[in-house]
Amino acid sequence: MDEPLIFERSRRGRKGYSLPEEKLKTKPQDVIPDRLLRQDIKDFPEVSELDVVRHFTHLSQRNYGVDTGFYPLGSCTMKYNPKINEEAARLRGFALSHPCQPEELSQGVLRLIFELSQFLAEIGGLDAVSLQPAAGAQGEFTGMRVIRAYHEKKGNPRAAVLIPDTAHGTNPASSRLCGYGVIQVKTTEKGVLAPEAVSQAMTEDIAGLMLTNPNTLGLFETNIKEVAEVVHSKGGLVYCDGANMNALMGIARPGDMGVDVLQFNLHKTFSTPHGGGGPGSGPVAVKKHLRRFLPVPLVVKKGTKYVLDYKLPDSIGKVKAFYGNFGVMVRAYAYIRSMGASGLKRASECAVLNARYLRERLLPYFDLPYDSPCLHECVFSDNKQKEKGVTTLDMAKRLMDYGFHPPTIYFPLVVQGALMIEPTETESRETLDEFVEAMIAIAKEAQENPEIILSAPHRTKVSRVDEVKAARELILKWKP
Amino acid sequence: MTFPEELKYTKEHEWVKVEGNKGRVGVTDYAQHQLGDVVYVELPKPGAFVKKMEPFGVIESVKAVSDLFSPVSGKVIEINESLVKAPEKVNKDPYGEGWMIIVEMMDPAELNDLFAVDAYRKYVEEESK
Amino acid sequence: MRFLPHTEDDIREMLEAIGAGSLADLFSHIPSHLKKEAPLRLPPRLSEQELLSHLSALSGSTANSESFISFLGAGCYDHFIPAAVDAISSRSEFLTSYTPYQPEVSQGVLQAIFEYQTLVCQLFEMDVANASMYDGASAAAEAVLMAGRIKRRTKAILSMALHPEYRSVIKTYCHGQMDIQEIGLTKEGLTDLLSLGRLADDTTACVVLQSPNFFGPIERLGEADAIVHRAGALFVMAVAEPISLGLLRPPGSFNADIVVGEGQPLGSPTSFGGPGLGLFATRNAHVRQMPGRIVGQTADKEGKRAFCLTLATREQHIRREKATSNICTNEGLLALRSAVYLSLMGKQGLRRLSEIILDRTELLKKRLKRIPGLSFPFNAPAFNEFVVRMKRSPEKLVTALLKKKIIPGLPLGRYYPEMKDCLLISVTEKNSPEDIEALCKALQ
Repeated sequence: MDEPLIFERSRRGRKGYSLPEEKLKTKPQDVIPDRLLRQDIKDFPEVSELDVVRHFTHLSQRNYGVDTGFYPLGSCTMKYNPKINEEAARLRGFALSHPCQPEELSQGVLRLIFELSQFLAEIGGLDAVSLQPAAGAQGEFTGMRVIRAYHEKKGNPRAAVLIPDTAHGTNPASSRLCGYGVIQVKTTEKGVLAPEAVSQAMTEDIAGLMLTNPNTLGLFETNIKEVAEVVHSKGGLVYCDGANMNALMGIARPGDMGVDVLQFNLHKTFSTPHGGGGPGSGPVAVKKHLRRFLPVPLVVKKGTKYVLDYKLPDSIGKVKAFYGNFGVMVRAYAYIRSMGASGLKRASECAVLNARYLRERLLPYFDLPYDSPCLHECVFSDNKQKEKGVTTLDMAKRLMDYGFHPPTIYFPLVVQGALMIEPTETESRETLDEFVEAMIAIAKEAQENPEIILSAPHRTKVSRVDEVKAARELILKWKP
Repeated sequence: MTFPEELKYTKEHEWVKVEGNKGRVGVTDYAQHQLGDVVYVELPKPGAFVKKMEPFGVIESVKAVSDLFSPVSGKVIEINESLVKAPEKVNKDPYGEGWMIIVEMMDPAELNDLFAVDAYRKYVEEESK
Repeated sequence: MRFLPHTEDDIREMLEAIGAGSLADLFSHIPSHLKKEAPLRLPPRLSEQELLSHLSALSGSTANSESFISFLGAGCYDHFIPAAVDAISSRSEFLTSYTPYQPEVSQGVLQAIFEYQTLVCQLFEMDVANASMYDGASAAAEAVLMAGRIKRRTKAILSMALHPEYRSVIKTYCHGQMDIQEIGLTKEGLTDLLSLGRLADDTTACVVLQSPNFFGPIERLGEADAIVHRAGALFVMAVAEPISLGLLRPPGSFNADIVVGEGQPLGSPTSFGGPGLGLFATRNAHVRQMPGRIVGQTADKEGKRAFCLTLATREQHIRREKATSNICTNEGLLALRSAVYLSLMGKQGLRRLSEIILDRTELLKKRLKRIPGLSFPFNAPAFNEFVVRMKRSPEKLVTALLKKKIIPGLPLGRYYPEMKDCLLISVTEKNSPEDIEALCKALQ
């Protein structure tokens, strides 16, 4: 059953709005010349409130969220989003405050920003934090900009950045945005970075190294300290993509491993909802000597007052208007205050336990390209099923018929046909067992009845979507 | 997988067909197979200069994008406009209707640096391992 | 710990299945000198009730548009949000879902975004829009970089009447890549188009104007269009208050090549400045250079209409360092909220709302004109914002009015030192005639 577009429900004269009905004294054409006035908003919908509510309710029923079921997207940390966080974000002082209001009227929100910065600095093992970036990728850009500013101040911006072949696409894209070339470093057959490989590539013209720990294979970069030393010895800086922090909270801290700059993803590790593609928040933490380059303003404490500090003459400027995604910060703050230190540590322990458990139970059925112990996510491939013509993509579609959202597919690129599974700690053992049962069933189908996988999904609102047609015949908006 | 005898091939999986002092260029059957359904091809304008083994355009499938490398240096004198509306020609007929550009060769000796059909076939076998 | 379902039995059995002795064993391969022995120094955890109490205290000590009469705008606008917007956007199938990479289970979000893209195009009168960027400022920065890529030129000209934070973000993003130049204002508070005419040449990738501009006046967009295009540059327009487009001629009708804007006023709260919603639209010819995600219409295997993300090869996860941008997560939920809001308002509602706002703004201006000591430096036609010059210090005025629970506006000295005797006043439909009367009385 198709759900019509809202425009297809539109009927001339139908109203869905409520506005004061007073007679207005000003006629627009008395104040604004005709040539600047709009005649009509062509094809804008006219629908009733019930039309809108029903329409979007139907749309929600054609969607799947964490609240619907297991959502093991590797690298995304789809953990449960606590409902108290939503209530918190709606509190009047948070939702209806204006960024330009006088500081003395904003002590509550400024204090929240300040304390959240401190929590993140403590969790990451670094010294100063900017909450301005609106998402992980923007955090990466900010962090790399800080690194560039550091080198520019020393007289030589340097030309390129080292990035492992397991990196998320945002890493090279963010480096490029800062004007850096990208030099790829191969990871070993054990799936981690080796100091020798970094040593060979590292020169005094390289600004630094961007890595992820644990990396996108779910493996801890065991040589990180040695690798950091190599980079530092040639005057470079180490950037850590903190997207996978869910594996390490309270267990190990990037700042203690030689990392100089780290970005967090509040919408991953710190339980803020993904919203169908945002809003997120990508705070950046740095070591002391880099604080001066952070975007302005920072929130500082002066006596008992919280103040916006714009006095950072070496600051890279701003990456976003105002102070960052405050509404997202509230949710992350609420989460950290709900968990406490022991709760966060337990969360990471259970996240890793869940991933290791899945790895163990799926091992007999799926090819595991790297056999080192994984942390919070594990990566399989479709090697065992490919001989029957069944690919990772097909298996992902078939999982939908079993009621699960598929894991991440075809990432990281170092694994052909990668299937990256991140359960998170908020999933019970029963859910994991159900997922394993489904995966085993699919592995069996691959051998005995591959056709049912190749034509999947069968039980969703739409069957397999033609993405080739979408790219060849671009229809990017509705036309009457 | 087809490997026409009379063509020359690059490491990046382009082919060139010598037509007098001109070279007709496209991507190989192996390349289109690797890419999957082609959705878009970006070609240079006629009159542009291309250099041997430097990118002259881009080919996109749904999930991948690749630079197109010219086997020879010279001036682009004709491009296959029909690929704009029908990029699938690259998949259906990579050596025929899926041709991309015709280059007026500056230095035909450059052809000697390319793979002949047997060498290319071996190269593809190695890559597929 | 109510978010962690594992019982002691679960943990024991799962460890056994893995062949590990304890939870600590799971991390034994991490070099011990890299592990943190001592617990993290964080405050003790709070129960749900204690947490809400603590947060309510923080919220309570923060002024907001219900506890204060506020005339603040400057790129962040407090409008009334219909109840249906929250009701829909809090549905967990929307709220707790991820980016719709698997279209078969995400048709809801995909269709909502497709509708959002359409609404943005209709509002701006442009060809194609993306699924959102972080906010108006970063969208403007991405537009400048996009113009640089399309034109292969490096100069970008920004009006000083473009929001100061937008200009700051553009400079941070374009550092080392574009040559940013700024042009000043005429005495009417409009961008100096004579200056623009002199500066715009064949090294100019784009010119960025905001309308209504930061000070309130509506720019002379027809003239700007001619000047920018004569130089062969791209015309980038920023719309910080999209509600204005209920009444004002849209940027597309002035031949804008790229239009960016701030979508927070379309159904999302001010929220101390974030999250925002970066509106971004362009012409068909430039679609492959446009950053961000895009939803396209297609069909499923059985020919049923379906939606999916498309043109992904522009993006970071495929193009990596050659991507049009590094953006991944954007502002999906706010895009949904704006689609709901605009559907509820419809063409008549948006029109009526902007007429009400204009009416209230004019009412306030008329009343303020009667107060001695105040003058109006800029008289060009405007919509919801205007500048007032005063004899006493605007900062002192703001402090004095706090006792009356009124925030009269934004003192401009911090952004424009030559305007430290000026205040930027903004009006929305949430400023009732009584609020306006209260402000005027307080200023007497």
